[in-house]
Amino acid sequence: MSEDVSRNAERRRPDRAALVIAPALLLLAAVIWWDASRLSAMSNYARIGPATVPHVVALGLALLAVWTAFEAWRGDFPEREPIETVPVVWIVAGLAGQMLLLRPAGFSIATGLLFALTAYGFGRRKLWISLPVGIVLSFLVWIVFGRLLQLSLPAGPLEHLFFRGS
Amino acid sequence: MGTFEFLLQGLVVAAQPINLFYALIGVTLGTAVGVLPGIGPALTVALLLPVTYKLDPAGSLIMFAGIYYGGMYGGSTTSILLNTPGESASVVTALEGNKMARAGRGGPALATAAIGSFVAGLIATLGLAFIAPFVVKFALSFGPREYFALMVLAFVTVSAAFGDSTLRGLTALFVGLALAVIGIDQQTGQARLSFGIPDLLDGIEVTTLAVAMFAIGETLFVASQGSRVPEKVEAVKGSVWMSAADWARSWKPWLRGTAIGFPIGAMPAGGADIASFLSYSAEKQFSKHADEFGKGAIEGVAGPEAANNASAAGTLVPLLSLGLPTTATAAIMLAGFQQYGLQPGPLLFATNPQLVWGLIASLLIANFMLLVLNLPLIGLWVKLLTIPKPWLYAGILLFATLGTIGANPSVFELGILLAFGLLGFAMRVFGYPIAPVVVGLILGPMAEQQLRRALAISQGDVTALFMSPIAAVLFVLAAVAVVVPLVLRARGRGEVLSQFAANED
Repeated sequence: MSEDVSRNAERRRPDRAALVIAPALLLLAAVIWWDASRLSAMSNYARIGPATVPHVVALGLALLAVWTAFEAWRGDFPEREPIETVPVVWIVAGLAGQMLLLRPAGFSIATGLLFALTAYGFGRRKLWISLPVGIVLSFLVWIVFGRLLQLSLPAGPLEHLFFRGS
Repeated sequence: MGTFEFLLQGLVVAAQPINLFYALIGVTLGTAVGVLPGIGPALTVALLLPVTYKLDPAGSLIMFAGIYYGGMYGGSTTSILLNTPGESASVVTALEGNKMARAGRGGPALATAAIGSFVAGLIATLGLAFIAPFVVKFALSFGPREYFALMVLAFVTVSAAFGDSTLRGLTALFVGLALAVIGIDQQTGQARLSFGIPDLLDGIEVTTLAVAMFAIGETLFVASQGSRVPEKVEAVKGSVWMSAADWARSWKPWLRGTAIGFPIGAMPAGGADIASFLSYSAEKQFSKHADEFGKGAIEGVAGPEAANNASAAGTLVPLLSLGLPTTATAAIMLAGFQQYGLQPGPLLFATNPQLVWGLIASLLIANFMLLVLNLPLIGLWVKLLTIPKPWLYAGILLFATLGTIGANPSVFELGILLAFGLLGFAMRVFGYPIAPVVVGLILGPMAEQQLRRALAISQGDVTALFMSPIAAVLFVLAAVAVVVPLVLRARGRGEVLSQFAANED
C-alpha cells in the first residue's frame, strides 16, 4: 500500500521533459500564424482565403499547447520507460552518414554504412563483418531496383566499377 | 447492372494472369510484413509507392490491397508464437494465442486465426461489394459541406475518440494538419510555410512522412528500449489441424467477429485494433468457457482475428466510395490512387468500374491465396521470426531509405526523413499516437478544399455549414466523439478507452 502511495505522489510531480512540449507547440503555432498573416496581407479581398485554415490550425495548436502545459504540470503524462540514448545516437549517425555520403559515394556504400551502424546500435559490434555485408546487400538492391526497376538511385564508384554506363 | 454483374466483370479483370501475379506478390509481402514485428502494412505500401510508380494502376492497387489483407493474416502468427504483436491489430490475439502456444496448442491457434480471417475476409469483402454501391448513391447527394463534416468526423475518430488521451491524439492530428499546410496553396498558388525553400513548395510527401514515422521512429524506439525483454519464439508443436471441439468453439466467434469488425471499419469509427478489442470483450462475455480466458481460450483468438480482417475490408468501403481514409494504411492507399491521378469516391465507380470492381474481386481471390499461404506454409513464416533483431532493423532501414531515395534522390528529402524519424521517436517516447499525423497530412488538404468550397458557396457564412441535416448530424457525432471520451476519462473510466488505443495500422 505505502509503495502505491509514494508512486502516486511521484507521478503527480510536474513532468519536466513533457513540459518542454508545450512551448514547442506554441512556437509552431506562432510560426504558422506569422506565415499565414503574411499571406492574408497579399490577398485581403476575400474573408475566406489561403490563410483561413492555417489560422485555425495555429489557434488549435496554441490551445493544445496550453492544455499540454497543464497536463505536464499535473504530471498526467504516462510514465516513461527509461530510454537508452547510445543506440539511438548510432542509428541517427548512420542515417546522417547515408545522407551525406549518398551523392559522393553512391547508394551502395552510403546505405551499407547505414546498415552497419544500425546493426551496431542493436548490439552487433563487428563492423568488419556488418559493413561489407551491408554494402553487398545494398549493391544487390541497387541492381534490382536501380537497374531492373529503373528507380533513380545515385551511383558512385562501386556502381561505376560494375556498370560503366551508369 | 446489379452488383452481381459488376462483381463478375471484376472477377474477369482480377483473373487475368498479370493481376493474379500482383495479388500473389501483395499477399506474400503482406504476410511477411505482418509476421515481422516493427513493420506493418502502412509502411510497406508507403515503401512500394515509388517502386510501383511506373506499373499499371489496377495491378498496383490490387497488390496494395493484398498487402493490407496479408498484414492482417500475418500479424496473428507473430502474436501467437512470439507474444509480440506483428502489427497493432493483433495485440489482443497475443493475450490468448500466446498462452495456447505455450500450452502446446499453437497449431490450432494458428489455424483458427487463419480460417477465421478467411471466413471474415470473404464475408466482409462481399459486404463491401454490396454496400459500396449504396454508399455511392447516397454520397452523390453530398456537397462540399457534407464532405467537410465527414472529414471532421474522421479526424476526430482517428485522433480523439479512442486511445488513452484526447490531448495527445488531437495534438498528433494538429501536427499532421500543420504539415499539410506546407507547400503551394491549391487555389491561389501562394506558397505557405515554405520559407523560400524550393524543396518545400510541393509540400511534405505522405510516403516520406509515413516511412519516417513508422520505420525510422519505430526502429529508434525499439533500439532505445534496449534488450530488456527476452523474446522467445514458441515452436509449433503438434498438429495445425483443429479438433472437432475447436471447430465447435470457433465458428460462432468467427461470425461474431465479422459482425463486429465490418461495421467498425466501414463507419469512420477507427481501425482494426478497436474492432479486435471489442470482439475480444464480446467473446469473453458470451463464452461458456469464460474461466479459460487469460489461460488460452480459443474463442479469444478466433473472434479478434476475424474482427480485424473484417474491419480491414470495412475500411475499404469509405475509402473507395467516399475517398475517405480512416486508418493509416487506407490513407497511404489513397496516396497510391492519387499517384495515378485517380480520386476514389462516387465518381470512380462511374468512370473506372473495371478498376474498382477488379480490385474488390481480387480481394476475394487474395483471401483464398492467403488461406493457402498461412496454413500449409506456416513453417516458412515462423522462420522469419528467427531473424536476429540487428539484421532485421538494419534491413528495415535499408528498404525504408530505398523508397525515399527512389522517389526523390536528394539530400534534402533524406534530411526530412531523418527529422520526421526523430519526431516519430519522440512521439512514441511520450505516448503520442502516430496514425493521426499521417491521416491529418493526407486528409488535411482535402478537408480544406471542401471547407473553402462550402464557404465560397455560402459567401463566407460559417453557419451555413451546419444548415444541411446530414452535415449537422455528422458534426454532432464528431462533437460527441470528442466530449464523451473526455468525460469518461475525467471520471476515471479511461482504462476501457486506452485499451482501444488506435495505433499505426
